[in-house]
Amino acid sequence: MTAGGADAGQADRTDRRVELALGALSAAVLLLIAFMIVFVFSKAWPSFSHNGLAWFGPGGNVDEQLTNIFNSPADPSKYVYTLHAWPLLYATALITGVSVLLATAISLLSAMFIVEFAPAWIARILQPVVRLLAAVPSVIYGLIALLVLVPFVGNHVISDAEKESVQFVIQLDGTSVLVGVLVLTVMITPIMVAIVTDALRSVPRGWTEGAAALGVNRFRALRTVGLRAARPAIVAAAVLATARALGEAIMLSMVSGSLGFAPNPLDGVTFFFEPARTLAATIVDHADELSVKPSGQTIYAFAAVLLISSAFLSFAGWAARRSMRKYTLQAR
Amino acid sequence: MSAYAERIGLSGLLGRLRGDESWSVGDRIGLAMAWGAGLLLCLIAASIVLYMLFRGLQYLSIDDLFSHPEAGLGGGGSGGFLDAIEGTLLVAVLGTVIAAPLGVAIAVWLSEYGRPAGLARAVESGVEIVAGTPSIVLAIFGLLVFQQSFFGLFSPVGEGATPLGRSFVIAGAMMSLIALPLVVGATREALQAIPRHVREASYALGKDRASTIRRVLLPASRRGIGTGITLGMGRIVGDTAIVFILLGATLRFEPNGGVPVWDVLTGNGSTLTTFVYNNSPAGEGGAPEKAYAAAFVLLLIVLVLNFLIDLITRGRGASWTR
Repeated sequence: MTAGGADAGQADRTDRRVELALGALSAAVLLLIAFMIVFVFSKAWPSFSHNGLAWFGPGGNVDEQLTNIFNSPADPSKYVYTLHAWPLLYATALITGVSVLLATAISLLSAMFIVEFAPAWIARILQPVVRLLAAVPSVIYGLIALLVLVPFVGNHVISDAEKESVQFVIQLDGTSVLVGVLVLTVMITPIMVAIVTDALRSVPRGWTEGAAALGVNRFRALRTVGLRAARPAIVAAAVLATARALGEAIMLSMVSGSLGFAPNPLDGVTFFFEPARTLAATIVDHADELSVKPSGQTIYAFAAVLLISSAFLSFAGWAARRSMRKYTLQAR
Repeated sequence: MSAYAERIGLSGLLGRLRGDESWSVGDRIGLAMAWGAGLLLCLIAASIVLYMLFRGLQYLSIDDLFSHPEAGLGGGGSGGFLDAIEGTLLVAVLGTVIAAPLGVAIAVWLSEYGRPAGLARAVESGVEIVAGTPSIVLAIFGLLVFQQSFFGLFSPVGEGATPLGRSFVIAGAMMSLIALPLVVGATREALQAIPRHVREASYALGKDRASTIRRVLLPASRRGIGTGITLGMGRIVGDTAIVFILLGATLRFEPNGGVPVWDVLTGNGSTLTTFVYNNSPAGEGGAPEKAYAAAFVLLLIVLVLNFLIDLITRGRGASWTR
């Protein structure tokens, strides 16, 4: 491939050098990442080993337990590690799950709207609109929600009767699952809309036109043919959105309440008005406790759970997309 | 399909809903919901922008942009937030300066060399893992690493000789991890878009692979690299978690030591994001006006970056076939 003669040897050597240099750099970054994962897990291990599987279970007030861990005596053999993190895990699953479901529904409908039904001028506006929504920093979402939505919910949506009904357990002041879910949905929908619109647009026209030729109306054609063909992209978008939702710490710590409380579904509608705190928000709230050893290890345990969940999520997404390969035109 | 689509507009929509029996009730509800979802997105975006504009103009004074913050008595601070703006720019520059060369190098290796294949796949997965890691986890990881005394150079060292682990350099280094996947992805796409015959032409002229990359491929992928860098910068500017944990959250710049530039880099400070957080009811502050003003400036910066991305991607690409 290179010119023959005496130059060839030299060129090959330069090539080899550059290749080795770049390869070493990439491998170094890979090592850094692997190191990060191993380090987080090794720091988190004592918390898991002291609690066993009860770490994931319910039992007692999480906030009290965290305070006790922070206040443990200085003697290493007397460190307190007891933690039952179920309220945090439950809050994370609840808020993330509901947000992703809502976001998927809204983004599928919006994508169909943008691709098919929107008049040209609206479609032209919607593209930068979606990009704008995706680019707004989470702290601004948190600020607006905290200063506008939370007082609104606290004063006008939650009725006094509802506040009284749980007053011996928890104070309802507007920071709640409801506001957290709403704002998180708004934050992750733009990500999904962008991916799903791209996927719908790349569905071969012949397919949807074929459906139309069979007398199917446009909405149904898009729903049955377009969405089906775009399924791998929809799964990819959902995985991306869930990863984003899992990692959202700042906005949720501002808005969904700073108590490690497990909302009680038996409370009926009040269930949505109760505060909750996800794992990521807990890490933010307790970030200054990292200096005390057992506290730090507990926080790293939260980070380890988050890391495992995102790894599991990527894997689940990859597996789902592989199983859908046979329905698409080519491997996506 | 395009003529078909042109006929729709609003009149087409009404026509369909009115008389066409191929639309079942479910489909009509679906159509209405699709319209609703689209308009909802527009409404939310408009309300966020208008509200921030309203509050921002209400509370922002030109003074704020150019004066230093001072701790005030009684709750909120006074003075402006020039330090916060400088902090944001500093972190963005630091993060980009680290992420850009690293990201381009990784992308070039992955797309042009990529041997052994197992290592290449591992590096790809590694970059994806970083892309999926929450920034709060990256932040506490950074704290963990840089609090080891080996890295005492990079942050103020407190009593007991343990490094504080918080400084601009450290925050910038962790921020570069956030921008890295974006740079790698955009550069790889740009490199893969260059057709093979360009590379083959270069080899035919006697260039080896390294010079082909340096002289032909990289200049041709400038637009993709620029997009990746700007995307990375946008994410860095908007990130709060890393700065919150890795930057000490002091109001002003607190330089560390006496060396001219290095003391600011290894010192503490704040950025617009932590400034907003600290002045909101969630932080210590009772100064929502300052928070709104700073948030408005932050939003403007993010919008400008977004606009830049648009500009970069909109220009006519190089055409490889004539």
